[in-house]
Amino acid sequence: MLAKRIIPCLDVCDGRVVKGVNFVGLRDAGDPSELAARYNDEGADELVFLDITASVEGRKIFLNVLRRTAEQLFIPLSVGGGMKTIEDVREALANGADKVSLNTMIVKNPELLHDTSEEFGSQCIVASIDAKRVGESWRVFTYGGRTPTEIDAIKWAKRCESLGAGEILLTSMDADGTKRGFDLKLTRAVCDAVRIPVIASGGAGTKQDFADVFEKTGADAALAASVFHYDKTSVKKIKKFLKNRGVEVR
Amino acid sequence: MKPRIGIVDYGAGNLFSVRGGLAAAGARAALVKTSGEIAACDALVIPGVGAFGPAMRKLEPLRLTIEEFASSGKPLLGICLGMQVFLESSDESPGVRGFGFFEGGVKRFPSSVKIPQIGWNQLRFRGNCPLFRELKNGEYAYFVNSYYAKPKDEGVISADSNYGVRFASAVWRENVFATQFHPEKSGDTGIAMLKNFVELAKK
Repeated sequence: MLAKRIIPCLDVCDGRVVKGVNFVGLRDAGDPSELAARYNDEGADELVFLDITASVEGRKIFLNVLRRTAEQLFIPLSVGGGMKTIEDVREALANGADKVSLNTMIVKNPELLHDTSEEFGSQCIVASIDAKRVGESWRVFTYGGRTPTEIDAIKWAKRCESLGAGEILLTSMDADGTKRGFDLKLTRAVCDAVRIPVIASGGAGTKQDFADVFEKTGADAALAASVFHYDKTSVKKIKKFLKNRGVEVR
Repeated sequence: MKPRIGIVDYGAGNLFSVRGGLAAAGARAALVKTSGEIAACDALVIPGVGAFGPAMRKLEPLRLTIEEFASSGKPLLGICLGMQVFLESSDESPGVRGFGFFEGGVKRFPSSVKIPQIGWNQLRFRGNCPLFRELKNGEYAYFVNSYYAKPKDEGVISADSNYGVRFASAVWRENVFATQFHPEKSGDTGIAMLKNFVELAKK
């Protein structure tokens, strides 16, 4: 059966990898193509490249940075940020992306999810959901976590599945950048609601956090950024730890 | 001299990474579209994502050229959907004729598992396929698929994997190779396979 995936995430801003806490307060973390090559060598199962200010700034993704990053990689690469049309998606796929993750634009225009999935196949369309606890439920946020919506995150995940998403990249805004572990409740709720693979994101701080998300939820993959960028731990160490605990990893 | 490997560009698939993978494996890789370009290659790769029917419709004008290439003895590799079109037909697109290099059809994974299969699955090698030379049983490769090939002659299966069902993750006969997984996305393991393919192209 499938190995659980460990996915480093490159949040790119102005051509550099950056990382914030709870989606704000950005710090520089290095060059995207250098980090990509390093994670490829360390045994990462996939990489996510997010142009985090593309939507906010209303511009297209940096294709040259994307190409440079993709050239270093012989593992799958997902790309997200500011894609509004089928042509934007086609361009990202032609410049080295294996999958695209769509977030703000599919909330504004759910047809885009349906249309891109029809055009390129569900296997390369990732619905990225930024969710934050509001009262007893979770709400969807857009524009890199800046804009709240009234949409319930669990219902939205189901809708994304029916519109043709091949995977869900689920980021807990409450956990993001805190290094206090993945949001297990949110992850479990989404995994129970859909039958497509779910990538848990936000909050990873230790090896134990990765074990928890795989042992206590149905997540297929776990994504993290700062734990890897700042040498807190490595993909290799996490995988060794998981293997010893009986979690199937590559 | 680096062998010249053609990647058939019929408007499907991530050609960027296939080309990068072949270059890293030591080939001169170029996208090819016409019969003349294809015939001039030392080896040929048919990539592909998407659905069986639309892919075959786009490949149909090149059917004879690709069939001739297969019978020329030069190495031919189908990747992912490029493997499935080497069978005779697919449940995904009933009535559409594949190349039929391998007898049999293409089936959908059982509903007991998440579809599509997306991720790293283990390979169990069968026989001595030169594509997998010096690779160990149990290596992981990257898969993205909802359907799998079911060849009539199990003797052509060069690797199998388990996803709700044991399925053929690679097939091989003489100079015709195919993998359901993406070697160009399977890290060092995949690059080792592409290097083996490039070696075959030198002969």
